[in-house]
Amino acid sequence: MATEAASQTSGMEYHHSTEPVILYEGVTKHFTRGKREIFTALEGISFRVEKGSVTGMVGPDGAGKTTLIRLACGLLFADEGSVRVRGWNVSDHPQQVQSRVGYMPQKFGLYEDLTVQENLDLYGDLHGITGEQLAERTPALMQMTGLGRFMDRLAGRLSGGMKQKLGLACTLLSSPDVLLLDEPTVGVDPLSRRDLWEIIHQLVADQGLSVLVSTSYLDEAERCHRVAVLHHGRLLGEGPPSRVSEAAAGGSWLAEPPASLKLRQLQSRLITSPGIVDATLEGKRVRFVASDHTPWESGILENATCHETSPRFEDGFMVLLRRAAGTGASIPAADGEKTPTVVESSPEVVVEVRDLVRQFGTFYAVKNVNFQVRRGEIFGLLGPNGAGKSTTFRMLCGLLPASSGTLRVAGVDLRHARASARQRMGYVAQKFSLYGQQTVMENLEFFAGAYGLRRERKNRRIQWALDQFELQKHVNLPSGELPGGYKQRLAMACALMHEPEILFLDEPTSGVDPIARREFWYRINGLADGGVTVIVTTHFMEEAEYCDRMVIMLDGEILAEGAPSEIRQLGHGPEGREPTIEDAFIAIVEDFQAAKAREAA
Amino acid sequence: MGFVSPQDAQGKKRKSPGAASLRRVGALIRKEMLQVVRDPSSLALAVVLPLLLILLFGYGLSLDVKDAPVALVLEEVSPGMTELVGGFMLSPYFKSTVTPSMKEAEDLMKARKVDAIVRLRDNTSRELASGRAPVQIIVHGVDANRARIIQGYAQGTVALWAAKRGLRMPDSSGGLVRLQSRMWFNEAVDSRYFLVPGLLVLIMTLIGALLTALVIAREWERGTLEALLVTPVQSGEILLGKVVPYFLLGMGGLMLSVFAARALFHVPLRGSFLVLAGVSALYLLVALGIGLLISSATRNQFVASQLALMITFMPAFILSGFIFDIASMPLPVQIMTRILPARYYVTLLQTVFLAGNVWSVILPNASVLAGMAVLLLTLTRRKTRKRLE
Repeated sequence: MATEAASQTSGMEYHHSTEPVILYEGVTKHFTRGKREIFTALEGISFRVEKGSVTGMVGPDGAGKTTLIRLACGLLFADEGSVRVRGWNVSDHPQQVQSRVGYMPQKFGLYEDLTVQENLDLYGDLHGITGEQLAERTPALMQMTGLGRFMDRLAGRLSGGMKQKLGLACTLLSSPDVLLLDEPTVGVDPLSRRDLWEIIHQLVADQGLSVLVSTSYLDEAERCHRVAVLHHGRLLGEGPPSRVSEAAAGGSWLAEPPASLKLRQLQSRLITSPGIVDATLEGKRVRFVASDHTPWESGILENATCHETSPRFEDGFMVLLRRAAGTGASIPAADGEKTPTVVESSPEVVVEVRDLVRQFGTFYAVKNVNFQVRRGEIFGLLGPNGAGKSTTFRMLCGLLPASSGTLRVAGVDLRHARASARQRMGYVAQKFSLYGQQTVMENLEFFAGAYGLRRERKNRRIQWALDQFELQKHVNLPSGELPGGYKQRLAMACALMHEPEILFLDEPTSGVDPIARREFWYRINGLADGGVTVIVTTHFMEEAEYCDRMVIMLDGEILAEGAPSEIRQLGHGPEGREPTIEDAFIAIVEDFQAAKAREAA
Repeated sequence: MGFVSPQDAQGKKRKSPGAASLRRVGALIRKEMLQVVRDPSSLALAVVLPLLLILLFGYGLSLDVKDAPVALVLEEVSPGMTELVGGFMLSPYFKSTVTPSMKEAEDLMKARKVDAIVRLRDNTSRELASGRAPVQIIVHGVDANRARIIQGYAQGTVALWAAKRGLRMPDSSGGLVRLQSRMWFNEAVDSRYFLVPGLLVLIMTLIGALLTALVIAREWERGTLEALLVTPVQSGEILLGKVVPYFLLGMGGLMLSVFAARALFHVPLRGSFLVLAGVSALYLLVALGIGLLISSATRNQFVASQLALMITFMPAFILSGFIFDIASMPLPVQIMTRILPARYYVTLLQTVFLAGNVWSVILPNASVLAGMAVLLLTLTRRKTRKRLE
């Protein structure tokens, strides 16, 4: 019947050999924000999801990915244009669509106080699945997701990766033929991400499932058959991932700096040069993308050895994004005044963590963590959600007492002198702690006052913040209305008001668009060069490249420590490619789990 | 899947999805029950808080005056006077201290160590003999209600003494008209008798409006409702899945409160339990309707709880006649109480518990509640869409 309806309603318009399972045609969607303000979430979006394929939507937060998925499952209706799922116009027949698609929202939509079994039963009953069907499907799903051992566990007690798999199992229970996944891998560990993609591809191959998935991880986009690149509600490009990469064709280069030049310096120099679209670290080299219409001066490379390379998806993505933004390299070189901290020749240890333990009831959030950070270092804490990063962080900032172990920050034992340690540290919390209704200036003034700055020094620091973070033009805007990247800048400016020696950043780049992320790391580099010690957590594995040293955390333990280049070597990349941090993470975790299994046996 | 046609898009059933739908509602109810049992905050709101309220109001809060501290200023000791002092000493309403001079009594009054002063002047027994003996009673008047009650009790004690001695009180003039007063319905004039039944209004409001609004807001916050919407489930089924469990929970709260009222505080239930259950069910439906409407207006737990407290709980507490008498409120406020469902329920509760099945009171009040329930639930049904906007 569904196909009949499809031929009735959409047969006239499409003569393609493969019938689209989801079809967006000129979709525009507005939301009202506050009382009067109208905000355009999507503008004239048209693309399709073919049967038996995986289509990815990539783009930063606010690009419109979630809105597109919600439109496809009838949770929202388009203002203009139409959305059809298997031929049904979603606005006219939402229930038909909702009964047939499998939808996994962000945060997986699980009842955390129900067990795995109870969650599955609920969705089984809601979809009206009979006992026989259930008996037939459940074992297969359990085998695929590895949930079998946890049937009686509360969903809330599962790790991020297991939650994600349970969410997927609940949506697959009804054997839908269209699967809509909204950011299924945010904050999930790399191992579980890899598993999820294997499951998806297997389902597509075995059952001809059609999948629409949104993601902010660019490497995942490369695993899709087709990709739609979105930015601020507009479609920047659509096609196979290779088509996106082609946008950077002939412009991708790898440069190896001479011994005299630090890798990060070369990268900073490149990213601020006109004609360069993007520059990132890749092992011991800098990958950069040159714009096709602005010539770049070879002088900036100094004596770096440089050769052309095939463009990656990310390179093309950055070209598309820059083109949409209408600029070439948009990061202006930071001028003059570095944070006036003394740089010493032999950097001393400023953060020392020994045998740190934090218990919540019987649960160990952090077990026996040890590390040291030296002045002027950028130190990364990497790991999936629930690894213990934020807990460690809160203890370092003196926000949470440790159950046992020693913590010395800037030479001060945090157990005895939290207040004096706090004067010397700046902290940027997850999602940025700003007062949303106050303007940029009011926020800066408040934080300056809170840190005890007065008169001249206060004025000087506020001026510094406005210049350094280019906040001048938004001075009178309430900080809640700032675009994402600016919010992050303001949060950093506030944390740096009192010229701290140590800067703590908790997930500063999650949900921030790639351009803003580049800028962020550029600024961090500048601060570190000025002698500020930076400690940062992230679940973007590739960002580890920007750290001097890093630890990988899982289940409250440190599994590996070292410079990114050392960590990389622990992984096994596919043939012909250097292992990435992500490969290394997967290898480390697998070794760890194997060792645990041996121990148990 | 051949049975699906565009006509039943709006949830109009054509071919027997009744059976499947019952299964879905059942699954939703089971889920809700499991959540209530496992989530400490729901359990606290549904069971612990009502119990706490019953104990607090039953044992702690009383509008009766007992053991009020009184200073007896005895400026002259004579047999007649000691008898009066004995009257005060033995009264359950007073806790008396004898002070020799007015000065000390005034100090005690200023420090609020006593609520009243009874002064027997040094010439009282002489004046008694002459037939006019003034006994001065001074009452701490800050708490007006309490002051009036104390004044009454003190007058009563003095009158009793006077009667015993064959004296005549100046106001009970003549012997032709004798005033005989009786308290009906609450013979012992125990304020618990009307507080404890009144408590039901708070408990039903908590479970019906606050808890329901909270759990739905929580489902929005956690993204679970969104996942639920993209299933074959219909909006009416989602509503039933919320109404049924919290209705049952509310009725459970009713049983608990009635049991506590009877067993712990010996409050009489003079009407029939069935009538009580019936009118409570009506009020519970009204509260559920309000809770569901609040949750359709906000998807944030904090805002939902604030709204529920402001719209339902506070008025049920203050303006329903549960504690404060509606008839003595200013007229505009009295008119305002007419839109409050709690007001009708309190009237019903106090009638059914203490007066009995008085149909002339029950029928009009119950019909107002029924009308409100129908109106609110219809509105909720209309507002519930399987959409995010």
